[in-house]
Amino acid sequence: MIAETGLAALWLAAALAGFQLLMAVLGLTPARGGLMAAVRPVAVVQGVLTAIAFTCLIIVFVQVDLSVKLVVANNHSAKPLLYRFAGAWGNHEGSMLMWVTILGVAGAAVALFERKLNERTLIATLAAQAFIGLGFYAFLLFASNPFERVFPVPAEGNGLNPLLQDPGLAFHPPTLYLGYVGLSVAFSFAVGALVTRDVGPAFARAMRPWVLAAWIMLTLGITAGSYWAYYELGWGGWWFWDPVENASLMPWLAATALLHSVTVLATRDGLRAWTVMLAVVAFSMSMVGTFLVRSGILTSVHAFAVDPQRGAFILGLLVLYIGGALTLFGLRVGTVKEGSQFEAVSREGALVVNNLMLSAILGVVLVGTLYPLMAEAMTGEKLSVGPPYFNSAAGPIALLLVVVMAAGPLLRWRRDDWKPLVMRLAPAALLTALALLALSIFGPPIGIFPLLGLILAAGVAVASIAPLWKRNLRRTPLHIWGMVIAHLGVAVTLVGMASETAFTKETLVAARPGETHDVGPWSVRFDRVDPVAGPNWTAIEATLTATRGTSAPKTLITQARMFYAPPTETNEASITSVLDGQLYVVLGNADDQGRWQLRLWWKPWVTLIWLGGGLIALGGLLSLIGRVLRERRSQRAEGYYI
Amino acid sequence: MKAKHQRLVLALVAVAAIIGAAFLAMSALKDTAALFRTPTEVAAGTVPTGKPLRLAGMVVPGSIQRDPDGVTIRFVLTDEGATAPVTFRGITPDLFKEGSGAVAEGKLGTDGVFVADNILAKHDERYMPPQMESAMKSEKDKPVTGGAGEARP
Repeated sequence: MIAETGLAALWLAAALAGFQLLMAVLGLTPARGGLMAAVRPVAVVQGVLTAIAFTCLIIVFVQVDLSVKLVVANNHSAKPLLYRFAGAWGNHEGSMLMWVTILGVAGAAVALFERKLNERTLIATLAAQAFIGLGFYAFLLFASNPFERVFPVPAEGNGLNPLLQDPGLAFHPPTLYLGYVGLSVAFSFAVGALVTRDVGPAFARAMRPWVLAAWIMLTLGITAGSYWAYYELGWGGWWFWDPVENASLMPWLAATALLHSVTVLATRDGLRAWTVMLAVVAFSMSMVGTFLVRSGILTSVHAFAVDPQRGAFILGLLVLYIGGALTLFGLRVGTVKEGSQFEAVSREGALVVNNLMLSAILGVVLVGTLYPLMAEAMTGEKLSVGPPYFNSAAGPIALLLVVVMAAGPLLRWRRDDWKPLVMRLAPAALLTALALLALSIFGPPIGIFPLLGLILAAGVAVASIAPLWKRNLRRTPLHIWGMVIAHLGVAVTLVGMASETAFTKETLVAARPGETHDVGPWSVRFDRVDPVAGPNWTAIEATLTATRGTSAPKTLITQARMFYAPPTETNEASITSVLDGQLYVVLGNADDQGRWQLRLWWKPWVTLIWLGGGLIALGGLLSLIGRVLRERRSQRAEGYYI
Repeated sequence: MKAKHQRLVLALVAVAAIIGAAFLAMSALKDTAALFRTPTEVAAGTVPTGKPLRLAGMVVPGSIQRDPDGVTIRFVLTDEGATAPVTFRGITPDLFKEGSGAVAEGKLGTDGVFVADNILAKHDERYMPPQMESAMKSEKDKPVTGGAGEARP
């Protein structure tokens, strides 16, 4: 019954999306303006229905209802409750239902809470949202039905991929999807504004909180995904330039650019056409990412099953929406009036450079991600593009971008001069020079990228706090705090990345219990191995003791797990965090002489990578709260005068 | 600056940035894109040494040897025709076994031995990389049950 309820809710939501689109399109014609009144309530009901469908899926997963095909394929009654719950989206159909649910709920949220936008533009926005929804409802209902029944009912399910049996599954996909699909709102806003030719500061102020919210979630999702891969895969790496990672990075790059250009539009009424374009590009990147990850064209833990039909379906949707939006953009861009002017040396100028560089990085990542697919389709040659490409092509641009980031917030809007800018940047430059000096005197020889990363991070950290200089801190607006903290977060992340790259120490040995091996400042004794058992796995567990100088020894436990549903082996790395880094230990295979392979890493300051990611998201959150409160206050103030 | 001029300058800067990025991307791609190669190509001597590439094949039964240090292994990959020796220092994936498929990522040394810095093992049929599938048609009759994805993020 529950599965049928979910399916029915989904069909109803799809029908309502069609109705919403019809009412909105008809309502926008001059003669039938009254129909517009139906659009908001319909959008809300549609959102509620998708939420009901998603809840139904979670219920059948938690109850392990084995008459549902998806549950049989991805669930097992022996699994802990958390993974029965989160397992609902640990598969193709469930994750697509989550996608559609967020799309529906985001539309409902716009219908409920958006009061600043011109009503006609809002209706056009909801029409666009409904139009996107229709395509993905069709995909779900015709090509990926999550509620399909199976008969006869099997006795037990196949279980969930053990790599996914981790608390990360409860957090990473939902936040990432909230960001991914949240960008659909920016896309719909852009389409709406193009339809009603209403691109201006008011539109930008209305769009900004939605972009910010999606961007915060995307930032959190990527940060969480990076940490999950780091500890779950046991490879000791935090970013692999894997196509699925790029699929989440590309919308983030576009959304970051959008976040900055929308501020130019809101504050100075500049970059009108460009901002609209970026909003289209950002969600397009989300859809490209969905296509890459969900079509099965790439191999990864994210590509649940290979089905060419599904790939073709998503590709069709992609062409329809991106092509449609770009066509609309092409038709209407001529009617978007020129925004106001600014000098090259100004806040706007810096933000334009920021946008260009983010776009350039986006282009580099897109080319590297799609090139293998293109090359195989065109010439049949198989190749892979890996970290060397991305690091050497995107790295220099990213470091330049960091320099611009240091200068941008210290520039005035509209026009500024070089001389005062140089003065304002002097403390940052001084610290960069000091860092360079300190590293070259005291540090070991390191590569050029980590070196630049470390010294620039030092300067950027100072420069990002500089906007608070001579301000009354208690009266500084929240969004300024947000900017400061987010930019500081970039510096923190940069230190983590550069330090991990430059200073990581690795020891790879075959050791017998009782032996001691060194890695960096640590001395690690291999104590023993024991067999252990968990709810749906058995494991070989190694116990080690790590000591560093005279401090108290730490006990490390690492496992090689054998899951039995489905039968798979995973490595549970032992990660010990101390203030200045992490000790990372992985247990490998045994040999016939009673030795075990052990891989030990000492990664100084690696935790800063994710701490910085958290700071960036926190900065976004403060900014969002500040903006929303300020708009409320100004609305209330206007209310008194009416 | 006149309005028209500003738009023009902005457009020019944007075009220059895009061309610069494309140039950077293309030159980096040329140097770093790792091609898939087969043992036959290695044996024929058509594979350049010192360039990143991926070697796909089946691990020859009985060929895995461990060095005394316990962490370096040597094995031989084969496709239908030829064989290629590979050396790897590290922990092999769980499904890396003799007689099953593997992809070695690394560079071909001047001595003809492929030095791998990463090894991807074939997991089950459902998650086999398309590249590996076509590289190892001969080996398709060995279904492995289970549902593990390739251990990639």
